[in-house]
Amino acid sequence: MTDTAILAEDLRKTFGEVVAVDQISLAVPRGTVLGLLGVNGAGKTTMVRMLTTVLAPTSGRGEVNGFDVHDHPQAVRRSIGLAGQFAAVDENLTGRENLILVGRLNHLTKAASRERADDLLVQFRLDDAGNRPARTYSGGMRRRLDLGAALITHPPVLFLDEPTTGLDPASRLDLWGVIEGLVSEGTTVLLTTQYLEEADRLADNIVVIDQGRIAAEGTPRQLKSRLGDTVIEFEFTTAESAAAAAQALSTTTSAGTIVRVVMADGANTLRDALNRLDGAGLPPHHVALREPTLDDVFLTLTASNGAPE
Amino acid sequence: MTATISTISTKSGSGFRWAVRDTSAMVWRNLTVIRRVPQLLVFSLIQPLIFVLMFRYVFGGAINSGIPGLSYIDYLMPGIFVQTVGFGAISTAIGLAEDKNKGLIERLKSLPMSRSAVLAGRVLADTTRNVLIVLLMLLVGFGVGFHTHTSPIEVLAGVAVLVAFGFSLCWIFAVIGLVVPNGESAQAAAFPLLAPLVFASSAFVPAATMPGPLRWWAERQPVSMTATAVRSLMLGHGIPRDYVWGSLAWAAGITLVLAPVAVRRFRKA
Repeated sequence: MTDTAILAEDLRKTFGEVVAVDQISLAVPRGTVLGLLGVNGAGKTTMVRMLTTVLAPTSGRGEVNGFDVHDHPQAVRRSIGLAGQFAAVDENLTGRENLILVGRLNHLTKAASRERADDLLVQFRLDDAGNRPARTYSGGMRRRLDLGAALITHPPVLFLDEPTTGLDPASRLDLWGVIEGLVSEGTTVLLTTQYLEEADRLADNIVVIDQGRIAAEGTPRQLKSRLGDTVIEFEFTTAESAAAAAQALSTTTSAGTIVRVVMADGANTLRDALNRLDGAGLPPHHVALREPTLDDVFLTLTASNGAPE
Repeated sequence: MTATISTISTKSGSGFRWAVRDTSAMVWRNLTVIRRVPQLLVFSLIQPLIFVLMFRYVFGGAINSGIPGLSYIDYLMPGIFVQTVGFGAISTAIGLAEDKNKGLIERLKSLPMSRSAVLAGRVLADTTRNVLIVLLMLLVGFGVGFHTHTSPIEVLAGVAVLVAFGFSLCWIFAVIGLVVPNGESAQAAAFPLLAPLVFASSAFVPAATMPGPLRWWAERQPVSMTATAVRSLMLGHGIPRDYVWGSLAWAAGITLVLAPVAVRRFRKA
């Protein structure tokens, strides 16, 4: 068995003139979590759809659990679980029936499907609601049911496409705990997200994609260290003065009225920045120092294409 | 892989057996809605019921069946059956559009199930539903004075012709459901297609009184052909059996042309 659970080599997908994914390569070691980070339309979902055999790549190749997605799609499908952006549950079926249906379509026996459904309902705290139609479920319950359906065969590789988008903070924390539990049992996870906090907490490695290309990759720590130790935030009263200040400070990022400077040279960076702002006649309204977050990485990497949503 | 992950063993079998099993799982899933929300079945009878009442009691007195010795209600009901099956086929479009919109088709495509089971499961479930609805409408017909004049076998053959026609229409609506973004659009796209077929036909009134070109169309198009075929089988009265073959030819033609289109759209959806 190879050590790489998910492999992409120059995967590319075009829809007419639009290039959704432009030659992305990545490798996810078995038992680790890869966070695929990007704004809406960056190409995250297209990557997932190609690696889960839902969509044929225009060029390049993908491999999951040692099987080529093009040559052995059924073997790939038997190795994976997919929980999509929308909780793909049938509203008229009960939670239990939804799980049994997915079990049957995974070619489990009737008895095995029932048994797994019952286990998963307990594991995801849906056992009380198991005999209710899914249309009566809350958003968080639907996501848990959807994730449960993805796990019906104990797949070694799990694809989670924005698993917590649209969830309230409590349900999000809850789902994070569930995912961490699966990872601790050895499941390999490819997770797409728009939330840096989510990638920071769950991912061993992060690939930032922007407009179908890889903008950066590394561990959360490596990505943060690319921005130095500390970030200085200058806040201005108007976006115009912030933009002018960003120009005066050259190597900075800005979002709205906030301009950020990486403290690459300790206190000298701060002194130099203040001198430049003084010289430009742009006194900041507010100054703060803080540790870099993945947000800074993200803003830096995608700054040329406008701020993320 | 660590010891804590054990992949559950799955049954093995031939591709065809799996296709049958996966399809029956999907049929079961698609029919569950009838068991869970039986009102939906009743709602789908409302439109044909209104037509029965309107044509039977409002217009009926003024309409001649055009066939000596045949009462208008006997002429009308086979037309109503075809209308019911025709508008019932919209549920194929709505079902597929909603499954696509909700991400369910995406999920199904990532499973090791038979590719053909999603469409086949939908169409067969809707065909089963059509059988139920036609039988219910037959009861409604008997309630308002409809009489069959042929043997029970011929009446059942009439039901079979209706179901075959409904089956072919499901493929048209499968294509629509896979092209439009959601259930509402499916419904909106279906009406303009069905209205000229169902109303510019001999389903409710004989085509003999229609102006030339309309009459030419109304005598040959699939809804009229099927209504006349059902009249031939349920009423006799010298209505030629050729219409049965005409209706079946339409059903076969529509299916042969549109089922492959639906399969292609499904692969892309």
